Amino acid sequence: MNQNLLLCGVGGQGIVLVSKLVASCAMQKGYDVMSAETIGMAQKGGSVFSFLRFGEEIASPMFGRGQADLMIAFEPAEAVRMLPYLKKDGCIIVNTKPVMPVTAVLKASAYQGTEMLAYLKQNVSRLILVNGEKACHEIGSPRVLNMIMLGTAVRHGLLPFSVSEAETAMRQNVRPQFAELNQKALAYAESEK
Amino acid sequence: MHKEFLMGNAAIARGALAAGLNLICGYPGTPSTEVLETAAKYKPETLYVEWSVNEKAALEVGAGAAYCGSRTMVTMKQVGLNVASDPLMSLAYIGVKGGMVIMVADDPGPISSQTEQDTRHFASFSKLPCFDPSTVQEAYDMIQDAFAYSETYHTPVLFRPTTRVCHAYSSVMIKDPEEFYHNTPEGFIKDSSRWVIFPKLSYQAHMQIEKRNAELSAVFSDYAGNQILPAAKTDCRKGIASHGISFTYVKEALKDRENPAVLKISTPFPFPEQKALAFLQNLDEVLCIEELDPVIERELTYLCGKHHLPVRILGKLSGHIRTAGENTCDSVSQDIASFMGWENPEEHKLPEPPALPVRPPVLCAGCPHRASFYAVKTAMKGKKSVFCGDIGCYTLGNAMPLDMVDTCLCMGAGVNITQGIGHTEPDTACFAFVGDSTFFASAITGAVNAVYNQADMTLVVLDNSTTAMTGHQPHPGTGRTMMGEIVQKISIEDVLKGVGVKTVETVNPFSLQEAVGTVKKISAEKGVKAIIFKSPCAMLIKPQQILEVDQQKCIGCRKCITSLGCPAIVTADGKVKTDDSLCTGCGLCAQVCPVGAIGRAET
Ligand code: SF4
Ligand code: SF4
Repeated sequence: MNQNLLLCGVGGQGIVLVSKLVASCAMQKGYDVMSAETIGMAQKGGSVFSFLRFGEEIASPMFGRGQADLMIAFEPAEAVRMLPYLKKDGCIIVNTKPVMPVTAVLKASAYQGTEMLAYLKQNVSRLILVNGEKACHEIGSPRVLNMIMLGTAVRHGLLPFSVSEAETAMRQNVRPQFAELNQKALAYAESEK
Repeated sequence: MHKEFLMGNAAIARGALAAGLNLICGYPGTPSTEVLETAAKYKPETLYVEWSVNEKAALEVGAGAAYCGSRTMVTMKQVGLNVASDPLMSLAYIGVKGGMVIMVADDPGPISSQTEQDTRHFASFSKLPCFDPSTVQEAYDMIQDAFAYSETYHTPVLFRPTTRVCHAYSSVMIKDPEEFYHNTPEGFIKDSSRWVIFPKLSYQAHMQIEKRNAELSAVFSDYAGNQILPAAKTDCRKGIASHGISFTYVKEALKDRENPAVLKISTPFPFPEQKALAFLQNLDEVLCIEELDPVIERELTYLCGKHHLPVRILGKLSGHIRTAGENTCDSVSQDIASFMGWENPEEHKLPEPPALPVRPPVLCAGCPHRASFYAVKTAMKGKKSVFCGDIGCYTLGNAMPLDMVDTCLCMGAGVNITQGIGHTEPDTACFAFVGDSTFFASAITGAVNAVYNQADMTLVVLDNSTTAMTGHQPHPGTGRTMMGEIVQKISIEDVLKGVGVKTVETVNPFSLQEAVGTVKKISAEKGVKAIIFKSPCAMLIKPQQILEVDQQKCIGCRKCITSLGCPAIVTADGKVKTDDSLCTGCGLCAQVCPVGAIGRAET
């Protein structure tokens, strides 16, 4: 059985690292892994994604709409944008903090993120909300959102490996001076709403 | 053999190393850049690596090494091949001794390019064999084959993956060092009848090339990369032809289906005619699923004509496949469903979502280009001016609110385009913006042209000491090479003065007042003059203490937002704030705020 994961968010949120860690854990489990992600200009504040698949017989690194078993969305509007890729009964983890694009700030537009969350609540049966802003604040760094999101997915049993396996992969992939902080974020347990 | 999780570009580099690579050179360009970087990272003692000043230089350096019997790889993106096309066309006639692979990455979409050109055409135009891998694993294996064919046939070969292969990751089986092939170059053997191109030699070479390509077409018909996947039910009279990443989408779409038969083409040139003929037998209709141009579709149409085959060839030319943009799993499964008369898979219908914010890419928070553009904009306010841009991060200076890029064409074009505008509209203040890497790659000749032809223009060099857009490669101005040496930096100021630009001033764009003053003064002078805005890329320096908006002082005029468009300035609950996860503390906004409401955050 293949598993399809879709990560999405805004350039600069650290999605690529999460994709790497999931891939490395899945490889450890003996799966074949393929992934595809946004690289290039869109990484500068644009919408970014990473498709990741593991299992036995995978032909393509990308998959079509309605095929993601799990989506980890780092931003509410990006979750909505990519929602068509989620399976009918798929699960989605969403960071509730919106990232305002410059275009929206300039136009003093109404985008707040709450309208996106309301839409998600109406249309997704398995929705897990993460208050990323609060979590980052409690951990003491604005740059650990990615580990908080990964930790949440693992703790909910949505990925076939444990928090400590994710931690091992993380330690192999981040600079030693950031390992402690990232470990805290991976292990961060937010009371569910 | 062992398994690793590799990016397509990394697999290409590792495959080349396993094939005994002796020299690799290239010019950065998405989606090709990581090939050379990976080779440098895993560099064996014997490997020479360089970022060349541009693609033409790279191809020529590579040719010289291949003349000596080195196994050589040259990397670039598709538009880079336009720059390298002069040596390419001639080298095709001269040929090589050591295996030489020219890795040219195409970019359907386009995702990060100016054009959707198809390097497979360059292959047939230059008459060079071309390889087109579908997966990361295949890229790893095929690059080794490419070297072998190149050496056997004494010709450079093209290897052209597309973005989704270059940037895909996959677990792949790769060789252990003991299994590597080793190549010891023989050295350059003088022979002017071989290495000096003359009309007579070219005539003979041309005949040889045509003969060889006919032979290669037959050889490629047996090449493992060109495959026919037969239909399980043999009575199906429809077939699909595909290539590259699209072939994997076809496989996904046909999962759990018994038909139709599929032809996969990995060597678009010389086209494997025998293989294709075998596929066309007993078929009535073939749908060609390709990205970029309908190369396979034309070849199959031609074959049907040549052999009087009653097969309808469908694809882009027949209007069955969209002519531009990349394919996706969804588009391919729909195309196949309509071709086969299958019902389209039922889609999970979602209600209309709320209006989604658009997110065009923007200059990073703390980017020095923002300060430079803003300084020029402020200085030239109310004056008739034109701002010619170029290729790099600073193309993003076109976005609102800066709106400072009036033209952008190709690498190094801005400095010449602005001259053309100036000769036509002498009352316009003409500016050309160029980054440091692009300056060395292709703007120096433009500066010489301007000086020689008495242009009236201001060249603005945005020097952030790196090649930022493609991921921070060194260049001649950085004083670092890919061999890890620290070398003399080539000074942009000295180059400009050397070619006769009389006024060249260097200024830090974050000293806003000084920067504006410099632009005002210099742009008023006659002739060719230059300003170098020097400040390192925000991604390369440690952020300083962030800035905060003092809510007591802020009058809510939004000037910081409407003049700069820094992604770290946001509004929340009607208040203007800085975002601590993005702000680098560059200090630009503090210089723009009319009431001094923005200052360093307390620690
Ligand atoms: S420019 Fe100054 S006063 Fe105006 S909104 Fe920005 S911080 Fe407030
Ligand atoms: S100091 Fe101001 S302009 Fe610079 S990054 Fe921070 S918010 Fe943006």
